[in-house]
Amino acid sequence: MFTLDRSDDFQLCRIERIHTPEHAPEWHDWLQELGFIPGEKVMLMARAQPGGDPLVVRVGSSTFALRCAEAACIEVTLLDNATGAA
Amino acid sequence: MSACHDSVRRDHAPSAVVHVHRGGPLVALVGNPNCGKTALFNVLTGSRQKVANYAGVTVERKEGRYLTTAGKALRVLDLPGTYGLNPRSPDEQVTVDVLMGRARGEKRPDRVVCVVDATNLRRNLRLVLAVKRLGLPCVVALNMTDLAARRGIHVDVDKLSLELGVPVVKTVAVRKDGATALRTLLDAPAEAWRGDAAHSPVPETDAPVVTVEADHDTVQRILVSLGLDMHAPHTLSDRIDRVVLHPVIGMALLMVVLFLMFQAVFAWAEAPMGWIEAATAWVANGVTAALSDGWLRSLLVDGIIAGAGGVLVFLPQILILFFFILILEESGYLPRAAFMLDRLMGSVGLSGRSFIPLLSSFACAIPGIMAARTIASPRDRLVTIMIAPLMTCSARLPVYALLIGAFIPKREVAGMFELQGLVLFGLYVAGVISAMGIAWLAKRLTTRGLPRPLMMELPTYHWPTPRNVAIGLWQRASIFLKRVGGIILALTVVMWFLASFPAPPAGATGPAIEYSLAGTLGRGLATIFEPIGFNWQISVALVPGMAAREVAVSALGTVYALSASGDDTAQALTPLIAHSWSLATALSLLTWFVFAPQCLSTLATVKRETGGWKMPLVMAGYLFGLAWLACFIVYHLAVAAGWG
Ligand SMILES: Nc1nc2c(ncn2[C@@H]2O[C@H](COP(=O)(O)OP(=O)(O)OP(=O)(O)O)[C@@H](O)[C@H]2O)c(=O)[nH]1
Ligand SMILES: [Mg+2]
Repeated sequence: MFTLDRSDDFQLCRIERIHTPEHAPEWHDWLQELGFIPGEKVMLMARAQPGGDPLVVRVGSSTFALRCAEAACIEVTLLDNATGAA
Repeated sequence: MSACHDSVRRDHAPSAVVHVHRGGPLVALVGNPNCGKTALFNVLTGSRQKVANYAGVTVERKEGRYLTTAGKALRVLDLPGTYGLNPRSPDEQVTVDVLMGRARGEKRPDRVVCVVDATNLRRNLRLVLAVKRLGLPCVVALNMTDLAARRGIHVDVDKLSLELGVPVVKTVAVRKDGATALRTLLDAPAEAWRGDAAHSPVPETDAPVVTVEADHDTVQRILVSLGLDMHAPHTLSDRIDRVVLHPVIGMALLMVVLFLMFQAVFAWAEAPMGWIEAATAWVANGVTAALSDGWLRSLLVDGIIAGAGGVLVFLPQILILFFFILILEESGYLPRAAFMLDRLMGSVGLSGRSFIPLLSSFACAIPGIMAARTIASPRDRLVTIMIAPLMTCSARLPVYALLIGAFIPKREVAGMFELQGLVLFGLYVAGVISAMGIAWLAKRLTTRGLPRPLMMELPTYHWPTPRNVAIGLWQRASIFLKRVGGIILALTVVMWFLASFPAPPAGATGPAIEYSLAGTLGRGLATIFEPIGFNWQISVALVPGMAAREVAVSALGTVYALSASGDDTAQALTPLIAHSWSLATALSLLTWFVFAPQCLSTLATVKRETGGWKMPLVMAGYLFGLAWLACFIVYHLAVAAGWG
């Protein structure tokens, strides 16, 4: 398991858990309302350069720009890009 | 300019008045951001509220009237989009307050139309479940079915309706006849909207905590039963994004787009501006010939024609600027630009979230300040509001264009750029840089190292429809013309009056204006403005500019038309000021308008949005100080360079 901000580009992942960061407890609910919910498939689509922050993330059929700190609240596991299986 | 006086509407009128809720039952449009609520609202009510392809276009509630086919009158409420009932920013708060019946000056809606983006049911349906639990009669408008069909998403409406337990109809909000099925539903009694609770697979629990996860599971189940549980991302958008979001190519593209915009404002507008100028001169000559010399002719020719004509001539440039902004808004490019600029804005303590409010401020600071409601962090929101007036609003364009036309030679630089366009670009950049400076200062003063939320949706790209762009431009043109016709004309007439009376004493030698009220006022103001190179004519013209910045131009037109002794017809202002001002004065005045501290409606909006007089006063003070200081430096540098 790792957090979404560490994922490779275009790597299919599954969300396992959403952390509640101490400095911004409201992010947990906000991320869930956007669709970052355990069980959903996510994929990192791009990173802003230089610095690699923020990120472009695909969840369901929506695309969001997330800050690394936000993506770091999302714990994911690898899925197989071709089959979508773990 | 432009949307300025348009966006300040009854919503925020003081709610001390007794509210008699007239006009029949209240129907609210609720849904995720960017699902087409406002487009649907416009189709139903015939309004022309702003529609664009990014999340957070609508930031306040707007009301419209709708007459059903059976002749029943309904009040329709367009609301800001929201992802859930957990508001994160002031615009989402508006929607949640209305749904809970907590909104000031508005009752709880009698019915709710849940607008759903058919290309993204997964996210959109969760909100429907949450709204349904609030116990309000609701129906679902399955919108964007045209786009869904093109992407191979076919939704079985009857089955979805059965699963959700509420009526579902298909809509295409961008087509005139796209809401026919919804119109039929609006005629049905409210009971029909409740659906058949017995058939509803969604338990109507009173338990306050139904988690997002539980709703997600329900939606997932519904999608499986509809055969729609696969993801259907928009692959074309993804391919475009590989270019647009590319660290090098994407950044270069952003620069080219912004630069092209300002070059075009100068290059394309030249011909139509010439026609308008010629027409103004023709009218002025005609009136001069038709009337005998006297105060009426002076009012018409020197006041109204010189003043209004002087502003009207900038219509082409303003339309070109808006053409670009409209295309960018409709295509879905704006949030991408915000993403690209997030890091840069982070270096001065802001986030990409501030980009769209600031970009809107290029049209007019007022909608820009309103758009800051979409920013979740209160500190970022305040800083964005405070620097919004530093983005050069389109009302300043006439002033810039006039001065650049008079003082900057027309020639090519490096074989491809027009010097005048380049200078205009430079003025816009100067505004942006000073805004960044202020934001940076605010960052130093209010230390807060925590990461600020971004969480910004990047919508799929759409082709801007020519019809929407045409409507947008037509709106801009009519707002501009109304302003020329209304405020500007009235102020110009007042200006003419002040500049013409009292009449000069017998035996006076100078032009009459020097003995008038305006002359006296101008000489008084000149004590403040002389150190920065403004003569009394400029100082006078700045006063009516407080109501509308373009008026500074028409006021100069009037002042100079009256100062010119001997010459009868309204001369074009450009050669006149090129003659009588030094380059240093012109540069100083250009600098003044980069900061332009004087716009009363902006200050009024800031008061409303921040809830007090403190911020508008701080804003006026710092802008005035900054303007004066910058002008002082520019003027004296220019004089030292021999341009005095
Ligand atoms: N093709 C198509 N485009 C649509 C439809 N409805 C809306 N749009 C487009 O979708 C975009 C968003 O529409 P809006 O009406 O501004 O959306 P909104 O829900 O009011 O958005 P917010 O105010 O930000 O919450 C615009 O570019 C519209 O032109 C539709 O049925 N079909
Ligand atoms: Mg809207």
